[in-house]
Amino acid sequence: MAPILQLKGITKQFPGVLANDHIDLTLNQGEILALLGENGAGKTTLMNILYGLYQPDEGEILVNGENITIHSPTDAINAGIGMVHQHFMLIPVFTVTENVMLGSEPVKAGDFLDRPKTAAKIMEISKQYKLEVDPGDYVKDLPVGVQQRVEIIKLLYREANILIFDEPTAVLTPQEADELFVIMRSLVKQGKSIIFITHKLREVLEIADRIMVIRRGAVVGEADPSQADRNKLAEMMVGREVNLVVEKEIKAPGENVLSVEELVVADEFKQVMVDHVSFDVHAGQILGIAGVQGNGQTELVKAITGLTKAASGKINFKGQNIVNNPPRKITELGTAHVPEDRQADGLVLPFPVAENLVLCTYYKDPYARGVVLQYEKILENSEKLVQDFDIRTPSSFTSVGSLSGGNQQKVIIARELSRPIELLVASQPTRGLDVGSIEYIHKRIVQKRDEGCAVLLVSPELDEVIELSDRIAVMYRGKIIAIVEAGDVSKETLGLLMAGIVPEKIEKPQGERVVETTF
Amino acid sequence: MDKKDLEKQDLGKAILEDLTGSEPQVKKKKRGVWKTLQIPALAILTGLLLGAILIMATSFTVYDAFKVSFWKGLGTAFTEVGEAYLALITGSLGNPVEIVSALLYGDTLDFRNAINPILESLVQSTPYIFAGLACALGFRAGLFNIGVEGQLFIGAAAATFVGYSLTGLPPYIHMPLAFLAGALGGALWGMVPGLLKATTGGHEVINCIMMNYIAYRFTTYLLTGPMSRPGTGGMPVSPLIEKSAWIPQFFKTPIRFHLGFFIALGFAALVWWVLFKTTWGLNLRTVGTNPRAARYAGMNIIATTIIGMAASGALAGMAGANEILAVNRSMAIGLSAGYGFDSIALALLGNSHPVGVIFAALLFGVLKNGATKMMVVSTIPIDIVTILQAVILIFVAAPAIIRSIYKLKQPKMETAAAITLSGWGGVK
Repeated sequence: MAPILQLKGITKQFPGVLANDHIDLTLNQGEILALLGENGAGKTTLMNILYGLYQPDEGEILVNGENITIHSPTDAINAGIGMVHQHFMLIPVFTVTENVMLGSEPVKAGDFLDRPKTAAKIMEISKQYKLEVDPGDYVKDLPVGVQQRVEIIKLLYREANILIFDEPTAVLTPQEADELFVIMRSLVKQGKSIIFITHKLREVLEIADRIMVIRRGAVVGEADPSQADRNKLAEMMVGREVNLVVEKEIKAPGENVLSVEELVVADEFKQVMVDHVSFDVHAGQILGIAGVQGNGQTELVKAITGLTKAASGKINFKGQNIVNNPPRKITELGTAHVPEDRQADGLVLPFPVAENLVLCTYYKDPYARGVVLQYEKILENSEKLVQDFDIRTPSSFTSVGSLSGGNQQKVIIARELSRPIELLVASQPTRGLDVGSIEYIHKRIVQKRDEGCAVLLVSPELDEVIELSDRIAVMYRGKIIAIVEAGDVSKETLGLLMAGIVPEKIEKPQGERVVETTF
Repeated sequence: MDKKDLEKQDLGKAILEDLTGSEPQVKKKKRGVWKTLQIPALAILTGLLLGAILIMATSFTVYDAFKVSFWKGLGTAFTEVGEAYLALITGSLGNPVEIVSALLYGDTLDFRNAINPILESLVQSTPYIFAGLACALGFRAGLFNIGVEGQLFIGAAAATFVGYSLTGLPPYIHMPLAFLAGALGGALWGMVPGLLKATTGGHEVINCIMMNYIAYRFTTYLLTGPMSRPGTGGMPVSPLIEKSAWIPQFFKTPIRFHLGFFIALGFAALVWWVLFKTTWGLNLRTVGTNPRAARYAGMNIIATTIIGMAASGALAGMAGANEILAVNRSMAIGLSAGYGFDSIALALLGNSHPVGVIFAALLFGVLKNGATKMMVVSTIPIDIVTILQAVILIFVAAPAIIRSIYKLKQPKMETAAAITLSGWGGVK
C-alpha cells in the first residue's frame, strides 16, 4: 500500500534563502511523524507548501500515491489535509457549532443555517475521538485546551485524514498537553495520520512514532524515539553538541532587592489582573513565575517596570517604593527589563542595531553630549556588544528587523545586561527561539545571578522555570497560589498548581522538606 | 583609512541608507542610490507618458487634424505634445539659446529674462520645501499633519501683522521677527491637534482638517476686518508690509529669486540634524516608529506628540511667512495654491527625509513654473498640468502600481509607507 502522503524533492527558494532543499518525506497511515527543527529550519515553509499557501519551486506531492498540486488551503482540505494552527482560527463570539460550520455551512429550506445538523455531527465526532466539547458553548468561554479541540473537530468535520499540528502545545498547560497527546493517540488509532511540528524534544520522544529532523532547509536525519535521547536530537537539530542542563551552583541568597507587597493591577476594562500579590526577590537569586499565559504575569511585569499603573500595593526596590514611578526612573535606579514581546516593546525594528543597543541610555553620557548624539561612542558600544554577546549581524548599521529572532533577542539581552543593574525582570526571554539561542540566553541570565543580580523570570514554559529558578511562584488567575523552593517540588505538582489546583500536601521529587504555601 | 573608519565617520549617513532601504555596504552603494530613485523616476516618466496621451486627447487642433487624415492627426498630436513639453522644460529651466544670445548681444535685462525661468522655479519650490519639511517631520513622529494648509495661513497672517504693524525697526531685526512670528503662529495652530491627541486620543487627522476650516475663516475675517487694507472697498487684502520686513530679493525685475530659498535649505539642514543627530530626533523617530518601544525606553510620548506637531506647524507657518515676506509683500485670500496638501504627497515622494523633500520640492516647483509657460505657449490649459502632477503623484504614492508595471521586486521595507501608516492611529 502506498503511503498516505509522500513529498519528493520539495524545494523552495526565497530571495537569499533556500528554505527547503530537496526535502523527502513519507507519512504512513496511522502514524505520528514528528517534524523537529529550530525556528527558521524550514518546517513552517514545508507545511505551508503542503497547505497550499506557497508553491514549491521543485518537487511533487503524492497523496495515496497520486500526484496532486495544491494551490490553496481549499485544495488541501479537498485532498484530506488539515492544519491545526498555533494561533487558533476561531471566532470567539461564535458558538462551537458556528465555528465548525463556518465556510461550509449546511442550509435547510430557504437558505436558513442548519445548526442542529452540524451540532449532531459534532457530537458524533466528539464521541468517536473522545474530543469532549459542547456544541452550544461560545468559544470565548472555553479554556484554551478545549478551543484546540474545536480546531481539531473542524478538520475532522471536513473529513481530513492527514492532520498537521503546528506547535500545538505552546499554549497549553502540561496537563492539557497530556490530554492532547491522548487525543492524538486516539486519532491515529482510528486511521488518521498526523504530522507534529515542534521544537520541544521531550514531547517528541513521548508521542512520536518516527522523528524527522530538519536543519537549514534540509533533512538531516531520522530517529526512532525509542532509541534517541534529548541530547542526540538537540545535536541533530543544532548541528553541534548542546548543553541542555543549565549549570548553576547553589548560592545563598543575598539581601532583599525587590519586595512586592499586596500589589493589585487592573486592566483597561477594570478587570483585576493581579490580585494582592506579594513576594520577595533577593540578590543572587532567580525567582521564577510559572503559570499559563494570561494569568496576570504580563500585568505584574508591566507594573513592576512602570509600564502600567498599579491600583494599590507597594513595590519596594532596595527599600524604596517605586510603585507607579515613570519607567525611565525605574530603569535608572538599576533595573533591566527583557520584555515579553520583543518586537512590539523591546526593539524599534527599522532602526539599526547600534541605535537599538542604546535605546534606554541614548540620552546619557557618553552617548550624548547635551542633545547631540555621539555616534562614535554609540558605534563603539555596538561593536563591543555585538562581539561580547555574539550577535550575528552583518554590521552595526543593519536594521534589527532583518535579524533572526534569536539575534533580535540577543540585542535586547546585550542592551539590558551590559548596564550596571541590580534587578533583572525577564519576561519570556526565550520565547520562540531555537535551542542554541535558548542555551546562550539561559547561560547569560544565570551568569547575571551569579554576579549578585536579583532576577525575576516569568515564563509559561515550565521546563525553563524549573531549570533556571531558585524559587518558583505559581500564578493563577491573578494570584500567586504557591511559592516553593525549586528543588522541592515535582513537575506534576507544578502542573497542577498552574491549573489552579492546590494539592493538600505538595509532592516533592525526593527528600522530606516541607515547603511554604501561600494562598 | 579602511572601510570601518569610513563607516564610523558618518553613522547618520548610514542610517539614511538604511532608512531608504539601500544597503550599507560601500560596494553596493551605486545600486542603492538607483534603488532609492527608481520608483520616483519611473513614476515621473509614467506620469509624463500618460500626460502626453491626455494632451493629445484634449487638443482640438489634434481632432481637426485627424479629420483631414489619420497620419496628419498623428503628426499633429506628437507636435502638440513635443511643443508642450518643450515649453515645460524651457519655461522651468530656461532656454540655452536665449541665454547664449543674451550673453553675447543683449543687455542685462535680456540676460535676466533668459535666466529667470530656472530661478523662478526655485522661488516656486521654496514654500514647497517648508511645507514638505513640515509633513516629513510629522511623519517621522508618527503624526499625519494634514493641517499644514491651515498652519500656513495662520503663519502668513502672523507674519503679515508683524510685517506692517511694527515700523521703524532695522531690517535685520524686523525681518527675522516677522518670520519668527509666522513660525510661532503655525506652531500654535499645529500644537492644538497635538495636544488633543496626546491628552484625549482624538485623531490628529480629523482635528487638523477642522483646524484648517477655522484657519480659512479666521484669516478671511482678519483680512476683511482688523487686518484689512484701508481704501480697498472691502477687498480681503492686508496692508503692505514694511520694507524692513522684506526677505530680500537678489536681482532686479523680473527675477524674484530671494533669500527665502536659502533659509528653506538651512531649515532642511536643521531638520536633518535634529532628526538624525540629536537625542530629540531619536526620541521623535522612536515614538513615530514604535510608540510601545518608546514607552519601554522611558520616552515621554505625550510631550513628543505635542512638540512634534508644534514643530511641524512651525515649519508650515514658515511656508506662509516666506510667501508674504519674500514674494507677495501683503496677504490676500488666495495665498496658498494648495501647498499644504501637495506637501503630504511631496513628503511621501521624498521618503520623509529632508534631502528627499528638497528634491521633491524642486520637482514640484519646476513642474508648476513650467506649467505656467506651457499654458502661455501652447493652448494647453493649466488644468491639464494639474492633472499631470496628480498622475505623477498617484504613481509615486502607490509604488505597487509602478512595481507591477515595470515588474520590479518588492523592497525589504517600505519605509515611507510604514511611516505614513503609523500616523493613522499608531500613537495613543
